[in-house]
Amino acid sequence: MKKSKGMQLGIIMMIGCMCHGGFSSAQSGPDADGISKAKPPSTDIRPFQFHASQADLDELHRRILATKWPEKETVTDATQGVQLATVKALAKYWVTAYDWRNTERKLNSYPQFVTTIEGLDIHFIHVRSKNKNALPIIITHGWPGSIIEQMKIIDPLVNPTAYGGREEDAFDVVIPSMPGYGFSGKPTATGWDPQHIARAWIELMRRLGYTKYVAQGGDWGAIVTEQMALLAPPELLGIHTNMPGIFPNDIDKAAFSGAPAPAGLSDDEKLAYQRLQFVYSKGIAYGFQMGLRPQTLYGIMDSPVGLAAYYLDHDARSYAMITRVFNGGAEGLTRDDVLDNITITWLTNTALSGARLYWENWGKFGYFNVKGITIPVAVSVFPDELYPAPRSWAEQAYPKLIYFHKVDKGGHFAAWEQPKLFTDELRAAFSSLRGSLATR
Amino acid sequence: MELDKSIHPFKMTFPQSDLDELQRRILATNWPDRETVTDASQGVQLATVQALARYWATYYDWRKIETKLNALLQFTTEIDGLNIHFIHVRSKHKKALPLIVTHGWPGSIIEQMKIIDPLVNPTAYGGKAEDAFDVVIPSLPGYGFSGRPTTAGWGPDRIAGAWITLMKRLGYKQFVAQGGDWGAIITELMGVQAPPELLGIHTNMPGVFPDEIDKAAFSGALAPSGLSPDEKEAYERLQFVYQKGIAYGFQMGLRPQTLYGIADSPVGLAAYFLDHDARSYELITGVFNGASEGLTRDDILDNITITWLTNTALSGARLYWENWGKFGYFNVKGVTIPVAVSVYPDELYPAPRSFAERAFPQLIYYNKLDKGGHFAAWEQPESLVNEIRTGFRSLR
Repeated sequence: MKKSKGMQLGIIMMIGCMCHGGFSSAQSGPDADGISKAKPPSTDIRPFQFHASQADLDELHRRILATKWPEKETVTDATQGVQLATVKALAKYWVTAYDWRNTERKLNSYPQFVTTIEGLDIHFIHVRSKNKNALPIIITHGWPGSIIEQMKIIDPLVNPTAYGGREEDAFDVVIPSMPGYGFSGKPTATGWDPQHIARAWIELMRRLGYTKYVAQGGDWGAIVTEQMALLAPPELLGIHTNMPGIFPNDIDKAAFSGAPAPAGLSDDEKLAYQRLQFVYSKGIAYGFQMGLRPQTLYGIMDSPVGLAAYYLDHDARSYAMITRVFNGGAEGLTRDDVLDNITITWLTNTALSGARLYWENWGKFGYFNVKGITIPVAVSVFPDELYPAPRSWAEQAYPKLIYFHKVDKGGHFAAWEQPKLFTDELRAAFSSLRGSLATR
Repeated sequence: MELDKSIHPFKMTFPQSDLDELQRRILATNWPDRETVTDASQGVQLATVQALARYWATYYDWRKIETKLNALLQFTTEIDGLNIHFIHVRSKHKKALPLIVTHGWPGSIIEQMKIIDPLVNPTAYGGKAEDAFDVVIPSLPGYGFSGRPTTAGWGPDRIAGAWITLMKRLGYKQFVAQGGDWGAIITELMGVQAPPELLGIHTNMPGVFPDEIDKAAFSGALAPSGLSPDEKEAYERLQFVYQKGIAYGFQMGLRPQTLYGIADSPVGLAAYFLDHDARSYELITGVFNGASEGLTRDDILDNITITWLTNTALSGARLYWENWGKFGYFNVKGVTIPVAVSVYPDELYPAPRSFAERAFPQLIYYNKLDKGGHFAAWEQPESLVNEIRTGFRSLR
């Protein structure tokens, strides 16, 4: 019997039926029916809400319970990958205590929209501040990620006075889902690389009527944000990144090749180099798999636990934190947080479309190296990020470094793990760019 | 402590419920959208794996291969703390040369099944009695019916040592060894360990690249100057592997335990197993599109299904982790005992004679075939049987 997995939308928009089971291939979003191709490109901004069908949630539950488990790793630590005990603890919580509807309600309490840019539907959260002088900001998530990661910072950014902040630090917040992620459409042709996404984001902000704004990102979000800075539209006053591309090219290459730290580095630079080298030598399995062969990962589409494990394995420090959380620890992320991100990916079937971003970028833009940005840049360095960016390299990478701050705690998923500290950073980082006379 | 050296007969018949569950899961596959390219440059194409899944769920019959397997003499014995499964067929010819043949990844003893009879019973296949072999085909630790290691340490060198122990335990005072893929690496390490019983080895994936050339290829450098056309071609093919073909190598070499998706999803496993290398992938895609090539659809699914039923996807993947940073795959290992080499055109790289002569001081046989690829025993059994007979003849 073929099972149909429908995504029912409460209010306006049918994204399209994703048919699974049997051998029909999933459709890839609103354009899949072919009808919309006949219409001229629309710049409409259409309200959006997502309601998972109970059938989909039940099916997810059923699959987790039916997981066929491998044996445990042959080591006593995480050196072979995501440990069996960790992912079993996650699976147990997922089926017994986790409730997607909580997150769904929270998500739907924010104004969400979809607009079509260059043929692809782009989903985004858009919350305007009641403060008329609010600074518009577009914040981009990464992998493994979704707009879920930025949810905790929306209210504090938009409504600072309710969160111990100053009125003059208010933002209008725009949080798009990356192409192929979450509720955005899935590209059906190649080309949606970080630069293309940056152009789409510039168009998005233009379409929302913003003549001045700033941009922020971590992970792929940082890379896209830096591409926006390179494109340097006049509206873009400056950017903030928590994963800055600051390694000089030769140093980045040396780290990748496994060479010992070059001579003449300061202590801070040497530490950053060694941390980068660790990433390149131990932490890039998924980068190679998704960068070269994303379409081979049918296993993370068909197995919720397969997806979950893959998503837990972004980097050693994030993994360690997530493991502690599932062992009862209280850290920046909760168990619900971790499962929100995985569940939204499962429900939208975006594991492979999201993976393709690595393929799109393979051999193009580096992840961590200097990109040549000349507009104002603000940098926050969280200690458990992949590498602690040294001020010296940030100054070299960004001729207009308007803000540099080393934060006391937090890691790669900064907005998600440390929303209060992150909000503080954005307020401080961009205060110098505010004011109607702010120029570059 | 008394080590248990006994050899136990083995057969495995899987319960019908396992097969029904497999079918249920295939039919319930949650499919992604298709790739955004029109070729295989993003990985295993949706149409290919859906064709495979359709055949798997509707026509494929595991019992066929299971019956064939159980008609062979299979055994288990404990070596170095691990249960090792193997097929062992003795020839009726008294002067048969004992031969241990090792499979690789993605692989199992299924790959060597077609060569057993011709090797053991050559006269029934147009061969000569003096070319007979006793054949031993073990399952690698963590693969198929062998035990799955519970502690780290089962790298290819330890496996090589275990295979030497196995052959001695079977009473053989002289033997030869053969392998492709991990089987080639392990066979070459047996050659490096050079027990007196080991007369020589045959490989269809020889480690012939000098270290500096191997490193250069990995780094993406242009071909060094001074290479002959054959050497240059091998270098460029190796470079292609290192640039485009090693995704699974990194994933399994660094983070095998993260691959819960290939333990929980049959289609996930199948796709991963299809993606060993570009030429094998093309061959397999062709077969699922109706072409008639070295491998059949049943062949391909046999290999995947045995892995699924034995739950050995991750234990098999750990071999890459065990070896990460240790032995190279394709470089010179320092084998000085006699070596026979067969070069199949669609192997990862066509090993040049010049490199083979330098790598193997006692190169007793070198031959380039007209067709066949990475899974030589499986795709071209007649040809490989011939290569093994000819390659080892001078050692009898």
